[in-house]
Amino acid sequence: MAIRRIFVANRGEIALRIVRAARELGIATVQAVSAADREMLPARLADAVAPIGPAHAGKSYLNKEAVLRAALESGCDAVHPGYGFLSENADFAGLVEEAGLTFIGPTPETIRQMGDKATARSVAAQAGVPTVPGSEGRIEGLDEARAAAAAIGFPVMIKAAAGGGGRGIRVARGPDELAALVPQAAAEAKAAFGDGGLYLERFVGRARHVEVQVLGDGRDAIHLFERECSLQRRRQKVWEEAPAACLSPETREALCTSAVRLAKAVGYRGAGTLEYLYDAGTGAFFFIEMNTRIQVEHPVTEMITGIDLVREMIRIAGGEPLRLSQGDVRPRGHAIEVRINAEDPSRGFQPAPGTITALSLPGGPGVRVDTMLYPGYAVPPFYDSLLAKLVVHDETREAALARLGRALGELAVEGLPTTAALHRALLADPAVRAGDVHTRWLEAWLDAHPLTP
Amino acid sequence: MALKTIQAPIPGTFYRAANPGDPPFKAENDAVAVGDTVGLIEVMKTFTPVLAEEAGTLRAFHVENEDAVMAGQPLYDLEF
Repeated sequence: MAIRRIFVANRGEIALRIVRAARELGIATVQAVSAADREMLPARLADAVAPIGPAHAGKSYLNKEAVLRAALESGCDAVHPGYGFLSENADFAGLVEEAGLTFIGPTPETIRQMGDKATARSVAAQAGVPTVPGSEGRIEGLDEARAAAAAIGFPVMIKAAAGGGGRGIRVARGPDELAALVPQAAAEAKAAFGDGGLYLERFVGRARHVEVQVLGDGRDAIHLFERECSLQRRRQKVWEEAPAACLSPETREALCTSAVRLAKAVGYRGAGTLEYLYDAGTGAFFFIEMNTRIQVEHPVTEMITGIDLVREMIRIAGGEPLRLSQGDVRPRGHAIEVRINAEDPSRGFQPAPGTITALSLPGGPGVRVDTMLYPGYAVPPFYDSLLAKLVVHDETREAALARLGRALGELAVEGLPTTAALHRALLADPAVRAGDVHTRWLEAWLDAHPLTP
Repeated sequence: MALKTIQAPIPGTFYRAANPGDPPFKAENDAVAVGDTVGLIEVMKTFTPVLAEEAGTLRAFHVENEDAVMAGQPLYDLEF
């Protein structure tokens, strides 16, 4: 049941990424568009477009019924959800399958299992994957929270069971803070996710964020090594690398094989990522959560492995078995991705939609730019601020840093401010060059090094 | 009594309440004081309050909750 026509249920650069992968496989694409997105580049490059509703994402890209109806009416036999929006919505994946279409991703059951962060933790623990010391499953009420926190040891993180993307996380340093924050966190989780369930984890202060890319076909699974994404602002990644230079070969092997154990334990199908905290002081790593979709930063893995993750996930969804064995995955060199967002780093990262008046994209050896921009494009104010991913690959991390500097020098986006200035400043910083960072490093650095216009 | 149309200061998605299900910041015919929050505009997942720069009585909204607005688009009518 090879796929013939894919409905692209996303927008921006990832929609374009999917259109490109499909075209290379000889598969037609129908691009979903809200009223604000008719002129976006993926809409221009797809074989057809299908309106799904007004600009407000809640009424278009997040509207399960509207997306499915458009997919059916446009004659598609598969739906690619990209990242964000409905990509980790088990109900949507179920609706797609019930309608007789292929959901390009894992089964609804896997999405549900991994989407509940407390369940994911216990599944990981059963598969022998280390987890951050924390509550066993959900905590109900303050008494349970107190007991769990006492067993884990302060400081603890209070997390929403239905959460993700760093939202709804609080840190309690002692019992009094715990008593104040648990009811707040439960109310916020209920409002944000419709589920007030919470769990607790030990707070690891100087953690690095490492994550393992996996690929599975429902029967077998492999890893495509790891990425490091410790440079974050407000828990949003801004700069990602592959491999994680902080890992020893032994730790890398243990980390990556643990991810494969979990992927095999759940019969994982498609591309997925297991996120871990890595404590560079002790060399310990702890599973935090699994993202059951393609990720923004997947290109750094593609650059070092030479494997096209989006094409592979489409092939797997079409019923093909994994075409690669673990031994076929041989990483080479070092890759870095920086996110070019429509935000003004000299004004508190204020979002800045606008029209692109001029555009020069970098090129040359080892440079890849995934972007939906073109000169004259009006970036709408309604969605995420990600405009482009600038990715470089070279033989070593040092060479990749030099190549990134060269590529950033060639990049010119006019008409709105972007975060390119942030990346130029980071590139010049000794700690970034030495790779001596952790997940809270960037926010402290920004306080100490305010960017000027 | 004069009627003035207040325009959206920035583009984005307009919200009349802080959260879905909450009462609106302002209903039609409510009094508005300088500095009152009249609504929110979401720009790329960042929420900015729309603050009244003039006092009066809010007579009508030109956009619905969750509607897209462009900068300069009529937002509400103020009578003073």
